[in-house]
Amino acid sequence: MFEHKTTGRLLTVATYIIAIILFFPIFWMVLTSFKTEAIAFAFPPKLVFTPTLDNWRLALSDPFSKHLTNTVIIVGISTIAALVIGLPAAYSFAFYPTKRSDFTLMWMMSTRMLPPVGVIVPLFVIFRDLNLNDRHLGLILLYTAMNLPLVVWMMRSFLLDIPYETLEAARIDGATLLQEMRYIVLPLVRPGLMATALLSVIFAWNEFFFAFNLTASDAAPLSVFLSSFKTSEGLFWAKMSAAGTVAVLPVVIAGWVAQRQLVQGLTMGAVK
Amino acid sequence: MTTVQESAALSASSAEAATAKLNPRRLLVGPALIYLIILTQVPLLFTIYYSTLRWRLDRPNLGRPFVGIDNFTRIATDRNIPEILLNTVVLTVSVVVISLIVGMVLALLLNRHFAGRNIVRTLLITPFLVMPAVTAVMWKNVFFNASIGLFSSTLHWLGLGRVDWLGQFPMESLIAIISWQWTPFMMLILLAGLQSLGHDLIEAAQIDGAGPFKIFRYIILPHLYRYIEIGVLMETLFILSVFGEIFIVTLGGPGNQTTNLSYAVFKTAFESFRIGRASALGLFAVVIANIFVLLFIRVLRHQPQEAT
Repeated sequence: MFEHKTTGRLLTVATYIIAIILFFPIFWMVLTSFKTEAIAFAFPPKLVFTPTLDNWRLALSDPFSKHLTNTVIIVGISTIAALVIGLPAAYSFAFYPTKRSDFTLMWMMSTRMLPPVGVIVPLFVIFRDLNLNDRHLGLILLYTAMNLPLVVWMMRSFLLDIPYETLEAARIDGATLLQEMRYIVLPLVRPGLMATALLSVIFAWNEFFFAFNLTASDAAPLSVFLSSFKTSEGLFWAKMSAAGTVAVLPVVIAGWVAQRQLVQGLTMGAVK
Repeated sequence: MTTVQESAALSASSAEAATAKLNPRRLLVGPALIYLIILTQVPLLFTIYYSTLRWRLDRPNLGRPFVGIDNFTRIATDRNIPEILLNTVVLTVSVVVISLIVGMVLALLLNRHFAGRNIVRTLLITPFLVMPAVTAVMWKNVFFNASIGLFSSTLHWLGLGRVDWLGQFPMESLIAIISWQWTPFMMLILLAGLQSLGHDLIEAAQIDGAGPFKIFRYIILPHLYRYIEIGVLMETLFILSVFGEIFIVTLGGPGNQTTNLSYAVFKTAFESFRIGRASALGLFAVVIANIFVLLFIRVLRHQPQEAT
């Protein structure tokens, strides 16, 4: 922006170095996942070694696979549910706002920001009484609520980009609400919908607090299973790294793909 | 396109939709509204109700008698509470300040044209995408372990002796881990702010002979003010509720040294089984968070000047 050629080069090199340092822990995890347990904690670290896929094989078998399945079920259904409930609300806020819409939108956002510890005690007790503890349904219900404000806010901001006349024209041609959604609204907001879905997936996939307090073993998602490595003390570093790599891979890729919309989603559309 | 989407957009389309006064399409908000009330406000009401009870989950025979504000007065006189509140403040403020400074430097560095910029940005956002549970187990074991962790081993190898990071510097270690996770968040928000700043203003200042520090101080920083507000307030809200990293890395210890408010609620509810007291403590966390939510809403409602 404002610099001479040499300072510019130096700044670029500095940027590379900082990026490499900050990315190093993730690189190290991926590298360790290909080591044997014996050389995983060898020091000085072995940078040249015969890579093994054993940890990956183990990481993808039971019990990891069971928890991966749990995560996929919980994240998948809750994301779809949040979109199904949230999209009509976003549509209504975008095209048919009332005097109370502003307040309702702000209130919805505030529910996303309230500390989970404010509701965990009754949720635990109620889920226990309803037999929802350690069941997929419990977390699905909660993650849907967690991502609903995000869906409403983000989809509303994408829908506002559609001219109202487009919808009116379809209606004059005799389109019903469902046809209007199916043939006009959805195709126009598809990129936004994809970004919103990816962000919902990221949040639900990584959630730990509710998952940890409301599941035990049967329905525990990956985040809870991975936390059980906390006392591994060098015994299972390679296996832990492989499990960690597999657990973060889908979400890291989703985040990379949705990079452009990441900041918008993280701030509920406050920053574009 | 406005840089910041606002309620102004609401009124823009409401004029066109004014004819649709009793439009059934307005009812489409209903399901989302009802769902959120049931899943968030109803439990919150229960928390308020539970906070007035003496209720031990592990001793059902004692019943759950109404005790009024007894749980709150007990919290107010609890000798552990000042330490827990201080921990919460230290952890939150440190992480927010560190990630703001590092995030600012990174955003400024990324706001230049250089080869591989997209790859560098992609690498830099990744810590935020990694599941916090994985971050916590990896840092705890591979990096911070006292005898075989990478940091301790490196110091030993350099002849400086081993360091029991989590034993001697538990809070500092947690702050390091959580700052590493949250710096990309701040960086992305500030980068969005920088990219919305026109180049002509900076070029004009350069022609007037302003150096990089003056340009930063008088042009970039004022422009970024709103982005800093949004980033700081949102991150504060999330860091106030940090739980997983503490549970995995330090278990709130040694002693209470790394126990924050969220972790204290967890311990009270699920280790001491004091449902009433945990609820009262949880409400306290809600009140604190609400202050920041209200500030955040005020920032959102405030129309930025550059919006068109």
